[in-house]
Amino acid sequence: MKDTDSKDSPDQLEARIAEARRRQQGPEAKPKVTDSLSGNFMGAAFRIGVELVAALIVSVGFGWLLDRWLGTRPWLMVAFFFLGSAAGMMNVYRVANGMGLAAGFKRPGGEGRNGSDDA
Amino acid sequence: MAEAHESPLSQFKIETIVPIHIGGVDVSFTQSAAMMVAAVLVCTLLLVLTGRPAALVPGRLQSIGELAYEFIANMVRDNVGTAGMKYFPWVFSIFMFVLFGNFLGMIPYTFTFTSHIIVTFALAMMVFLTVTVIAFARHGLHFFAFFLPEGTPLAMAPMVVALEILSYFIRPVSLSIRLFANMMAGHTMLKVFGGFVIALGVFGVLPFAVNIALTLFEFLVAGLQAYVFTILTCLYLKDAIEMH
Repeated sequence: MKDTDSKDSPDQLEARIAEARRRQQGPEAKPKVTDSLSGNFMGAAFRIGVELVAALIVSVGFGWLLDRWLGTRPWLMVAFFFLGSAAGMMNVYRVANGMGLAAGFKRPGGEGRNGSDDA
Repeated sequence: MAEAHESPLSQFKIETIVPIHIGGVDVSFTQSAAMMVAAVLVCTLLLVLTGRPAALVPGRLQSIGELAYEFIANMVRDNVGTAGMKYFPWVFSIFMFVLFGNFLGMIPYTFTFTSHIIVTFALAMMVFLTVTVIAFARHGLHFFAFFLPEGTPLAMAPMVVALEILSYFIRPVSLSIRLFANMMAGHTMLKVFGGFVIALGVFGVLPFAVNIALTLFEFLVAGLQAYVFTILTCLYLKDAIEMH
């Protein structure tokens, strides 16, 4: 970092800012493979517990709303209960695997992963 | 400290400071809103003050601001990549707001606005909608390819797409429940054990010791939950930016 006390013209300053920004952002263009477990165990532990509950709340709530709308009383809610359980477990599996919480998250290691970086 | 006969949950009651009604809608200025304003003011003040000296070798105060900045800047760079640095101010604001909401709530007699699910849900929905808009802006209709992971057998596709869409909509809910549940549970525990101290008289030393440990633990949780909220925002942002 340079001393910021010296006064210089806006152009110079702009060039310096651009240069500093480049220097700061240069080395790591690509995101690291996210390993949510290695970073913070407590954080990961707190995260997993909520995942199942949230999945059930969303899916059962969604099923219940659809039931009310379509008049198919218990059936969609039951179907969404199972779908929600599956989604919750899938999310827990993803967090535990260090694959992030992403829907459609690709297994890291594939080279083409960052291919469409600027798309 | 709450009275012994007072419910440990009464600390979460919303109290109106300035009643405002617009067209039959209650938009009163509550103590929750006051704490939000306080959080914004305090963290703005802190960052302005810590940025003021701008010394080459930072003093204590300046270090606070620089540490916070670098912490989030590194988090965004590591998790989202350089492309995500464009959204750094947004992520940093979220982090500071949640962090100060949690920490200001640890001061006795104050109110923790992050212990209300409507507040955390609003924050989470803001994150969810912003990230979705960014994903649409960057990828257009290709965004929908997100819901079908590559290499899925065709026979499995309907099931997988349903699961992926569902798990996408679970995001804001799990994000908000996590923050709200942790803050509410922690603060309730503090009040419950505080009640034991008074009720048990001399033997109140034991719950008092527990309460000290719990208070320290609450500080940990306050920081940790702000961290978790922010890092999940980063992960969602990464999905929106790079996708497949």
